[in-house]
Amino acid sequence: MPPGGPTVHKSTSAGGLPPQAIKAIPVRHYGRWISAVLVLGVLSLIGVAFANADVNWNVIPDYLFFDTIVRGAANTLLITVLSMTVGVVLGIVLAVMRLSKNPVTSTVAWLYIYLFRGTPVLVQLFLWYNLALIFPVLNLGFYKDEMTDVMTPFLAALLGLGLNEAAYMAEICRAGIQSVDEGQTEASHALGLTGTQTMRRIVLPQAMRVIVPPTGNEFINMLKTSSLAYAIQYQELLKAATDISSRTLAVMEMLFVASIWYLFLTSIFSIGQYYLERRFARGATRNLPPTPLQKIRANLTRLSHRERVA
Amino acid sequence: MSNMIKTSGHPMVKAEGVHKSFGLVPVLKGIDLEVQPQEVFCLVGPSGSGKSTFLRCINHLEKINAGRLSVDGELVGYRERGDRLYELKDREVAAKRRDIGMVFQRFNLFPHMTALGNVMEAPIQVKGESKSVARERALKLLDRVGLADKAHSYPTQLSGGQQQRVAIARALAMQPKLMLFDEPTSALDPELVGEVLDVMRGLAEDGMTMIVVTHEMGFAREVGDALVFMDDGVVVEAGHPREVLTNPQHERTKAFLSKVL
Repeated sequence: MPPGGPTVHKSTSAGGLPPQAIKAIPVRHYGRWISAVLVLGVLSLIGVAFANADVNWNVIPDYLFFDTIVRGAANTLLITVLSMTVGVVLGIVLAVMRLSKNPVTSTVAWLYIYLFRGTPVLVQLFLWYNLALIFPVLNLGFYKDEMTDVMTPFLAALLGLGLNEAAYMAEICRAGIQSVDEGQTEASHALGLTGTQTMRRIVLPQAMRVIVPPTGNEFINMLKTSSLAYAIQYQELLKAATDISSRTLAVMEMLFVASIWYLFLTSIFSIGQYYLERRFARGATRNLPPTPLQKIRANLTRLSHRERVA
Repeated sequence: MSNMIKTSGHPMVKAEGVHKSFGLVPVLKGIDLEVQPQEVFCLVGPSGSGKSTFLRCINHLEKINAGRLSVDGELVGYRERGDRLYELKDREVAAKRRDIGMVFQRFNLFPHMTALGNVMEAPIQVKGESKSVARERALKLLDRVGLADKAHSYPTQLSGGQQQRVAIARALAMQPKLMLFDEPTSALDPELVGEVLDVMRGLAEDGMTMIVVTHEMGFAREVGDALVFMDDGVVVEAGHPREVLTNPQHERTKAFLSKVL
C-alpha cells in the first residue's frame, strides 16, 4: 500500500479472536408497564360488571352446540361461501368488462356496479324476496313456475348477497388488474398470446396478489352481513339464535352464543386468508415469510440451541 | 402487396415513409429502411429520437399513422385487398407476433413463473405444444444462455443479466424469424452487460435476423452488419457500422458519437 493511502483494518475475527458481543443496558419502557396495569384494571372492572350482571351463563355452553344453532351456523357458512363464489366470479367478469375496449360491455359493467353498490344490501334482499309481488309467475320459456315457489329465502339471500358482493368485488378486481405493470401485457402480446390468454395467464395471476387481501376482508364481512338474511326468513345463525330466545327469553345469552360462533368462523377464515396470501406472493418476494408453524419450530430450535450454548 | 410471392430475395423488414405520433407529438417523421435476412441491424441515436417506437411498430405494439411497414413481405397490422387496407383482428395480430421475438429494456419476465415457466409459456399457449416438448426445448434454450441451473428460480431470485438472458430464451422458444432488442443492456449493471451481449453475439453467429436498439457502440461495430443513426424521428445516416462510427458524415451524428464513444 502506498504511504498516505487508506488504511484497512483487518477484521479481528480473521485473526482468531471472535468479536466481543455488546453488553449494554437496554432501554427501559416504563410506559408499557403503566399501560399494562391500566388495561388490566379496566378489564377487571368489566369482568366484575359482567359477573354481577343478570346473565344466565349456564345456558350458553348448553346452547352452543344445540341442534338449531349448529344448523344455523352451517347455513351461515353455506350462504357465505356461495354468495362469495357468486361475488368473486361475477366480480372478475365485471372488472374485465369494465376495462374492456368495447364501449357496450364497459358501460353495462359500470351500470351494474352503479346500481348494486348504490343501494343498501338489506333493500336488495327485500327486493328479491318480494319479487313475486310484481312477477307472480316465473317464465323462462323452458321453465315456468310460481315465483313464490322459486324465490325461497335461500335463493333470495344468495341473489341479494351475491349480486351485491359482485359489485364490490368488481372494483377490487379492477384495482388488482390495473396494478399489474403494463410491460407484462406487452411482453405477453409480443410472444403472440391473445388478449384473453394474456388476461388469464399473465395479468390475473399477478393481480391476485393485490386482490386476495381485500377479498379475505370481504369474506369475513360477508360472514357477518349474511345475518341480514334473517330479515327474509333465511335460517342462518342469527335467525336460529333469535328463534330460540323468543321461546326461552334468554335474549342476551343467545346473542352471546351467536357471537361466539361468528368469532369462531371469522378466525377460521383469517387463517385460510393467511395461507392464500402466501400462495399468491410467490415470485413477488424473494423469500416467503415463514408460516406460524415454521416460526414456532424455528423458535424452538433456537431456544434449545441457546441452552446448549449457555 | 396482397398477392406478393414470398421469395428469399425480399427484405425481412421494409419501412417506407413510416410516420407515428402520440397525440399531436410526432415521433417518427418518415422512416425508410430495409433490414435483410440474417442481418444484425443496429439502431442508435439519442433518447427520444424514436428508435424504440420504431422497434415497437414492427410487431404492432404501436400503430403507425402513415406509410408502409412490412415484415417478411406482409404488412404489419393490416391486410391489403384491392387498394383498401383492412385492420387485422386482435387474434390475427397475435398470430403474426409469434414469429417476431422481442427483448425489453426492463426484461418484463413473468414474476409468478419460474425461469422455465417463462420460457415454456408461449409455446404451450400459442402453439399448443405439449408440456414435455415445450419443457425439453426450454431446458435446451436455458442451457444455451448459460442458465440451465436456474431453471427453477423465480425472476426476483436472478440478477439483471440472468433475467435478460431468460428473456432472450423466452423469445427464442417461439422459434422466431426476427428478433427485436429494445436497449437490452441499458438497465443492467456494467459488469452484467457482457454476459447478455455474449448471448446476442452467439445468436448473430447462428444467422438470426436481429434489430438492436442499443447504446453499446462496441457491440454495434463488432457484430452489426448495418447501422442507422436516428435523431428527432428521422434517419440521419445509415451504413456499415464501422464506417458510420469511425467516419460519420453528418454533424448530428458526429455530435452524438463524440458523447457516447
